[in-house]
Amino acid sequence: MAVAERGACPKGGNNGVFADLHAALTPHQAQVEAERCFYCYDAPCTTACPTSIDIPLFIRQISTGNALGAAGTILEANIMGAMCARVCPTEQLCEEACVRNTAEEQPVRIGLLQRHATDALLADGRQLFAKGAETGKTVAVVGAGPAGLACAHALARAGHAVTVFEGRDKAGGLNEYGIAAYKAVDGIAAREVDYILGVGGIEVKTGTRLGTDVSLDLLRAQFDAVFLGMGLGGVNAVGVAGEDLDGVFDAVEVIAKIRQGEPVAVGRRAIVIGGGMTAIDIAVQIRLLGAEDVTIVYRGEEARMKASPYEREVARTRDVRIKTGLKPVRILGLNGKVTGVEFAGPGGEMEIIAADQVFKAVGQKFLSGEAAVALEGGRIKVDAERATSLPGVYAGGDCVAGGQDLTVAAVEDGKIAARAIDAYLRA
Amino acid sequence: MANLTSTFVGIKSPNPFWLASAPPTDKAYNVVRAYKAGWGGVVWKTLGEAGPPVVNVNGPRYGALHGTDRRVIGFNNIELITDRPLELNLREIKEVKRDWPDRALVVSLMVPCDEDSWRNILKQVEETEADGVELNFGCPHGMSERGMGSAVGQVPDYVEMVTRWCKQHTRMPVIVKLTPNVTDIKAPARAAKRGGADAVSLINTINSIIGVDLDAMTISPSTDGKGTHGGYCGPAVKPIAMNMVAEIARDPETRGLPISGIGGVTTWRDAAEFMALGAGNVQVCTAAMVYGFRIVEEMITGLSAWMDGKGHGATADFVGAAVPNVTDWQYLNLNYAVKAKIDQDLCIKCGRCHIACEDTSHQAITALVDGARKFQVIDEECVGCNLCATVCPIENCITMEPLVGIDPRTGREVGTSYANWTTHPNNPSVKAAE
Repeated sequence: MAVAERGACPKGGNNGVFADLHAALTPHQAQVEAERCFYCYDAPCTTACPTSIDIPLFIRQISTGNALGAAGTILEANIMGAMCARVCPTEQLCEEACVRNTAEEQPVRIGLLQRHATDALLADGRQLFAKGAETGKTVAVVGAGPAGLACAHALARAGHAVTVFEGRDKAGGLNEYGIAAYKAVDGIAAREVDYILGVGGIEVKTGTRLGTDVSLDLLRAQFDAVFLGMGLGGVNAVGVAGEDLDGVFDAVEVIAKIRQGEPVAVGRRAIVIGGGMTAIDIAVQIRLLGAEDVTIVYRGEEARMKASPYEREVARTRDVRIKTGLKPVRILGLNGKVTGVEFAGPGGEMEIIAADQVFKAVGQKFLSGEAAVALEGGRIKVDAERATSLPGVYAGGDCVAGGQDLTVAAVEDGKIAARAIDAYLRA
Repeated sequence: MANLTSTFVGIKSPNPFWLASAPPTDKAYNVVRAYKAGWGGVVWKTLGEAGPPVVNVNGPRYGALHGTDRRVIGFNNIELITDRPLELNLREIKEVKRDWPDRALVVSLMVPCDEDSWRNILKQVEETEADGVELNFGCPHGMSERGMGSAVGQVPDYVEMVTRWCKQHTRMPVIVKLTPNVTDIKAPARAAKRGGADAVSLINTINSIIGVDLDAMTISPSTDGKGTHGGYCGPAVKPIAMNMVAEIARDPETRGLPISGIGGVTTWRDAAEFMALGAGNVQVCTAAMVYGFRIVEEMITGLSAWMDGKGHGATADFVGAAVPNVTDWQYLNLNYAVKAKIDQDLCIKCGRCHIACEDTSHQAITALVDGARKFQVIDEECVGCNLCATVCPIENCITMEPLVGIDPRTGREVGTSYANWTTHPNNPSVKAAE
């Protein structure tokens, strides 16, 4: 088995291997695309957007040469507009709703236009937002991911002093650690975080994890309100023999390493067990890093995979095989090293696929950090305002029940919670 | 295939598509290329009097109003009449006419307002064997400051006077080109007719400022930081031009006066529309400048196919055919009513009809029906204004359907009788029935 240490690139230097999934629109392309927008009334795209961005307005602003104004429109509704432009499943959200689908089966490329506008703003660098007049109130935000940062930003604009506690070394959450490199080239996740923090009034304490470094009780005692946005800290096990063999990896860990430019092992034949975005992200990246044969194996029917049809297309066009209807039975090994996986088919027939690497991407689970909040289905229970069972404690993002595991949904949670927290603090 | 041959004031051309007096007809090279491309005729770019030619600016001459995808929908110029020596132009005109006898070649003229100037130049043009002359009473920039162009066209007495001189001093047909920069186009048209004009051509360009440079705070485009108004043309002026053509075509004093239609003609359909309103032929400039001479192929084949479909053997069959249906507002039938109808199968649910009607008109289109996004006309509110059909991005999705019977909006019977404002009880100056 030849497992090479490859992919060791400095931060942001993976572009050679992980070229941008989509080229940005040129100014001319953006103009042509913007002019395709019908400027619908009560636009279906806006309705489909979890953060309700006024899409017809920002596209009209692009078409009139006001890209920075367009960015303002976007960020007013979704402070992570730059990353959402890259990672949103637009074909299932705004672009699916576009009336151009009905007219000619070709929606306005809203995601790329959003990227055009937000890129223009980040390149320009001017800060559109300012912290509000100080209220004297303090809020602790746990987790510097999309939910936490969106909440922190809105609270800072409202004048509250915000302290963000982040377990990892960098802010950004999954945007920084959990998204395929080819969706976030040129350090865009970090640049967006810098822009968000540029509002002022937000202090980020990295390397500070809830449950080990701080407790919820302490935060509640020291701050006037708390927002929990720590995401999903745990990784699900496949639950079969052989998971401890050499060559078996948690996909999320490897994705994080790739994003941070750390060396990762790349074998010749890789199996990815799972059916979501994480499975696609690891499979495509490990293939781009040099694995010769990469297979995603999902237990159910393809239509039930959480990875969107578009994501599956991305994988297939990059030579990743997708096999469905196969349930892992055991991971096989020799001398402590993985040699393949045995699967059971729908009719119980057994199939062995040889591999020198196995990536587990069967979902993540909530780790409470010993926070004593009420749960529902294993995640934090919240109401419509994102309030938890504890007074003054709010939550949002992947860690709450009913979450959609989407960046854009996490941002909306943060926004809603910030409004509720502001009202709570001013009551 | 329909016969497109055109005879306009006795001038024959294989089709009714002429290039207007403008940059595309400034010299033999361009005109020959135009003839090769299939243009039926040209009006040679305006000649001035002998002597040192005019000079043009060396900065930008053109500007444009752009629509979607940078389509030129309006065009602006500050170019003057030809800046080449008179003798050179005359020599080329003679050669071109000799080499292309089947094509129309009319020469546009603009000289100072004295009889000798006109007599002299007419004599020189006659020697070229050109088919006719067009008097440029329309150019609105530069030349008008020198007492020519639109400075003449705006004073009916001058129009009549110069036209009369020209008719006295030449055997060639005289076409008078009118400026639209007047309040009533009928006045200079009547003056031209009184002066004996064989025809009028219109419109020349409209005074315009195409844009403002918000950095330099000057007109865009500018010449060394200063700008001046230009002449506006292109598709955007077509409705203005067609109205003026129709005004002349239906004016009892000028009825029957041949008209050469000019103003935004870009396709065969534009040409057919001008001709239906009374133009015997059309002249084109902007479309050629934007797309090149080969656009005439589309015009020829398109007009021909349409005429075949309608059974028109010759252009004379439909020239002026729509004129009897152009009338004054007071004669429109107030007992005629239409209701908008939205084809739900074609509707893409953009909602623009709703918001246009809701915000700015008659609140006659739903946004929701039974809680679902649906755009449907409320006949009780719809006045049939056509705004919804105008803003709808889908062809034929919204149509205006004539109503026969009781109008649910007014409760009055419509569609079965005729009654206009002249007899309406609300009209304070209603005429008593005789």
